[in-house]
Amino acid sequence: MDHPKNPLLDAHDAANADNNLSPNQEREAVFGKFSRRSFLAQLGAAGVAASASPLAHAAATDAPEMESPAAVPGAVPLTLNVNGKEYRVNIESRVTLLDALRDRLQLFGTKKGCDHGQCGACTVHVNGRRVNSCLSFAIMHQGDKIVTIEGLAQNGHLHPVQQAFLEHDGFQCGYCTPGQIMSASALLQEPIGPDDNAVRAAMSGNICRCGAYNNIVAAVQQARSATSR
Amino acid sequence: MQVFRYSQARSVEGAVEVAARSGGAFIAGGTTLVDLMKLDVLQPQSIVDINGLPLDRVESLPSGGLRIGAMARNSDLANHPAVRRQYAVLSEALLSGASPQLRNMATTGGNLLQKTRCYYYRDVNYPCNKRQPGSGCAALDGFNRIHAILGGSEHCVATHPSDMAVAMMALEATVHTQGPKGERAIALDEFYFVPGNTPERENVLVPGELITHVTLPPLAAGTRSHYLKLRDRAQYEFALASSAVVAQVSGGRIQRVRIAFGGVGTKPWRSREAEKVLEGQEASAENFSRAADAAMANAKPLKFNAFKIELAKRALIRSLTNTTQAA
Repeated sequence: MDHPKNPLLDAHDAANADNNLSPNQEREAVFGKFSRRSFLAQLGAAGVAASASPLAHAAATDAPEMESPAAVPGAVPLTLNVNGKEYRVNIESRVTLLDALRDRLQLFGTKKGCDHGQCGACTVHVNGRRVNSCLSFAIMHQGDKIVTIEGLAQNGHLHPVQQAFLEHDGFQCGYCTPGQIMSASALLQEPIGPDDNAVRAAMSGNICRCGAYNNIVAAVQQARSATSR
Repeated sequence: MQVFRYSQARSVEGAVEVAARSGGAFIAGGTTLVDLMKLDVLQPQSIVDINGLPLDRVESLPSGGLRIGAMARNSDLANHPAVRRQYAVLSEALLSGASPQLRNMATTGGNLLQKTRCYYYRDVNYPCNKRQPGSGCAALDGFNRIHAILGGSEHCVATHPSDMAVAMMALEATVHTQGPKGERAIALDEFYFVPGNTPERENVLVPGELITHVTLPPLAAGTRSHYLKLRDRAQYEFALASSAVVAQVSGGRIQRVRIAFGGVGTKPWRSREAEKVLEGQEASAENFSRAADAAMANAKPLKFNAFKIELAKRALIRSLTNTTQAA
């Protein structure tokens, strides 16, 4: 299917330099249809192009992140290594790692909850350690290896933590789930005690407003025993 | 968020020079700074990223003490074998603070410089003498359940939020800095100011001065230590009252003890009053109780936080009991 080039994206896929697709575009290509997000993104871009119309102009200012990155004053060229791919983007220094992942790299798996480091929905791995991506500027992460929920499964196989969350129903609405899974998958490498209370303490940086905590603890414990074998 | 100039430091000297010249803020883990910049509470014109500086080492000193690089992350410091073995109070304090994600980001230097969690400081719609000198204090007549009972003034009653600094206070740590006028070493006990008439001045650092490392003195053989944190939740919450105790006991007598409180003071609160009651005395419940009374003798409760006096006393008594029990 002939797919419109997303004008908002300035990503460079080092592993796949010829077709220069972001993971999101790849996914859309696979499914051969517009996603809700690409539809909204193009609506926003159309708003910028047709700014003679007051209505369209309003739509554009309502969505400042939809501007072409090059048009942002003070933006600097930046390379981010995310899920093993190099992305080249122009980003202003105020942009957090979380906003860069979502709004510039179109990696929407990482969620924005509180945006103040309190809820854990934005948890990603930086150089193998879990961090809150909302409390860090993207510009500080050149040269770091960043892994998001999109990069956790390998070769079509779910990560043991992802599999365990499925088997134990470790979610209800699902909004906190990417952060929970990124936290739990990093926890496997951390020095914590064996019992459920240790897991609860180690997962305390991830809030689940649906209250799926019991199932989350069960999932984490299954993943711990699966990976320690 | 306000626009700022961003630069990456390649050397300590460079970081100090740029920060001093630009009036810039250093950024390490960013967990306080980015949070407060989003709220427009902090609006630095310039940010100097010090993540590239080689200041993250934790190493034992020939004297038996410990040297902790300012960029050592809270999680690494908490789990460092030398800290777990010799300075349990520090490991326990670090692991009681924040969340695992935040501890992976937050650094030793940044933790010492954490900003208060006073709701009125964090909300620019309220007056706050710390944020905007002379504007008034909304906490004095506001909801002041989390505020200080020790060290406050008529201008500010905000607590210092750190757990780590409380443990370091009891361990008699020294803060080492490099600034525009060179290096200096500051006893942690003399590092923080109480608010007085100038709550915006929180510590002795001058513009551009960077914490490079913290040193801990060696502890005498047989010294035990403990950190107890009491709060509204079991995890991931700031202290309402906490106590750090470092004690050396022999023959049932307390030879030497260092005591500090968190959650109750406008700075990490060393209590020489309590130490004086205990040193040379029998490790008994009665003496612990007297020490707790002495520690809180000057406490000035506000409308909603009088409970902290009893809470802090019980925290200290429990920490002392734990630390002085026969091993």
